[in-house]
Amino acid sequence: MDTSVNLAGLRLKNPVLTASGTFGFGLEFEPYGDLAVLGGIVVKGLSLEPRQGNPMPRLAETPCGMLNSIGIQNPGLEAFVRDKLPRLPWREVPVIANLYACSLDEFAELAGVLSAEQGVAALEVNVSCPNVSRGGAAFGQDPAQIRAVAEAVKARCANKPVMVKLSPNVTDIAVCARAAEDGGADALSLINTVLGMAVDARTRRPRLANVVGGLSGPAVKPVALRCVHQAVRAVSIPVVGVGGVCCAEDVLEFILVGAHAVQVGTANFMRPDAAFAIASDLPGLMRGLGLDGLEGYRGSLILPGPGRGG
Amino acid sequence: MRHGACREVKVLEVVPLGQSKRPGEFFELRLELPDWEAWRPGQFVMLRPLSWGLELVWGRPFSIASADRGVLCVLFQALGRGTRRLAGLRPGDQVLVWGPLGNGFAVDPGKRTLILAGGMGLAPFRAYVERHPAPDLIRLFFAHRFPLECYPFDYLSGLVDAVRVEERSPGDLALVIDALRAEMAAFDQRGLILACGPTPFLGTVRDRALELGLAERTQLSLEERMACGVGACLGCAVKDAGGGNVQVCSRGPVFWAGDVQLGRG
Ligand SMILES: Cc1cc2nc3c(=O)[nH]c(=O)nc-3n(C[C@H](O)[C@H](O)[C@H](O)COP(=O)(O)OP(=O)(O)OC[C@H]3O[C@@H](n4cnc5c(N)ncnc54)[C@H](O)[C@@H]3O)c2cc1C
Ligand SMILES: Cc1cc2nc3c(=O)[nH]c(=O)nc-3n(C[C@H](O)[C@H](O)[C@H](O)COP(=O)(O)O)c2cc1C
Ligand code: FES
Repeated sequence: MDTSVNLAGLRLKNPVLTASGTFGFGLEFEPYGDLAVLGGIVVKGLSLEPRQGNPMPRLAETPCGMLNSIGIQNPGLEAFVRDKLPRLPWREVPVIANLYACSLDEFAELAGVLSAEQGVAALEVNVSCPNVSRGGAAFGQDPAQIRAVAEAVKARCANKPVMVKLSPNVTDIAVCARAAEDGGADALSLINTVLGMAVDARTRRPRLANVVGGLSGPAVKPVALRCVHQAVRAVSIPVVGVGGVCCAEDVLEFILVGAHAVQVGTANFMRPDAAFAIASDLPGLMRGLGLDGLEGYRGSLILPGPGRGG
Repeated sequence: MRHGACREVKVLEVVPLGQSKRPGEFFELRLELPDWEAWRPGQFVMLRPLSWGLELVWGRPFSIASADRGVLCVLFQALGRGTRRLAGLRPGDQVLVWGPLGNGFAVDPGKRTLILAGGMGLAPFRAYVERHPAPDLIRLFFAHRFPLECYPFDYLSGLVDAVRVEERSPGDLALVIDALRAEMAAFDQRGLILACGPTPFLGTVRDRALELGLAERTQLSLEERMACGVGACLGCAVKDAGGGNVQVCSRGPVFWAGDVQLGRG
């Protein structure tokens, strides 16, 4: 059974990656499985300087999902390179760094330092941050800014693959996907969380101190599948599906729609061995469906023919 | 500290407590004990019944009330959607358990130890007392709002020197606080003070410990909303003494009183 995937030159033993912010720095999950069985590990979002993130409470459970407003709490670039990366089994499993910045210069600097690290296999760029020099509108909502970030990171990436992570909180995901491709992105990952809110009718307060937050988990899978479906038709670079992946069958759903790989996020909270279990269940499921590889299955979605309405 | 793993175990029994006065609210959940190498009182587990499917995405954290002879026991109060469903579990139902998690309480067997528990904060001390080499050196102070039969107090008062105060109405709160403060002042031994309970209760303990110069031998077991329980989601952060964030699940839940700040929101 061949579960391997070539993701923009990155050789993955299977298409199961972990999603940024839901798998810590990988080390937290070592008691629950062998990190080396994963297709790859995307670590917590990294900024140049340490960040404390948003005030508490910054998580709320919602039906089939959750809201978070963590605000990219992280120890900063230097501490990651010094303390975390050396402890990760990066020779056995590709480690993908997730970049968070609020200006093009900061993105470029992060890319320069991280891509020079032998243990970093690829870069994922989070464009959900506000652009401070543009009045705080999120990079990810403006195709021209998405393109500019992709260019800035590509210029400093030392030829390592650059994956731009798109936000679903836009009018037309295809336009954003094309903007990233035009900026030189080698791959796309989508979706980041869906902007949402939860309130308490009794206390009359929002459930998050930040008032609004990002929705994730099984509840967003249909949004993610739709976004991947639209993105793969808009670009020729590979797409990684993120949003609500909880089992091996979900992996195949994203691949059917055209994704090269997936990331497992909130499911890691449902059980800490989720990503490991999904990676190890995949070959059996493929066998059951008569597949011997993923190449032929990818994008083989049968769409209704013309004239059938709908 | 090495953590245990994630296991699917069977429910052995859900025993209602305090049935005559608070029916359907307090329970002892008895589960098959996973193959743990070791655990310490004050550590906790995350529980997620398989029947929750995709609907409730987080496990729920509970202190280990006991773990021996093949049985893992937690004591809980049904408050919200997760705990109400736990109360409806039947023998044979499958529950995912990950743990033991967190650090646990300090033990100083040669000296007197003062335990301060508020409400369900008594749960981890059942394990603590059972595992302590010299329970006759333990003094237990217990503050509660619900009838005594809802908690393992009678059992523990047979093993250690125990007192309790009951908060029958909100007006009694001042009495509880006074009693708690007096208890700490009277405890002049060089031993440990260990506290677990609602955040305002812990706040009183912390303030008093600082006043009396006891912060370095006072430990607080904190509660925060948790998604992962393993230090990854950063949802359970509290402020340490320097104002930085620390995760309650992986760096606690037990902290020295001088090492954390407590929110009183
Ligand atoms: C380390 C630790 C040990 C605990 N030990 C015990 C115990 O032994 N016995 C017991 O009865 N309770 C214990 N609790 C509290 C227990 O976890 C909550 O009462 C429970 O999670 C509530 O879930 P729910 O779905 O019924 O409530 P809901 O209000 O519906 O919960 C919504 C979310 O908020 C979280 N939440 C709500 N209240 C609390 C709270 N007080 N503390 C933490 N998270 C909360 C829940 O985990 C859930 O994710 C402990 C909490 C922690 C952090
Ligand atoms: C608690 C939490 C923290 C997150 N932190 C980040 C982050 O630092 N960087 C990022 O690009 N995405 C972050 N995400 C988004 C996830 O990587 C993922 O895109 C999203 O949760 C959807 O996938 P899921 O439904 O499988 O969780 C975070 C999500 C959660 C739930
Ligand atoms: S519960 Fe996730 S970090 Fe503590």
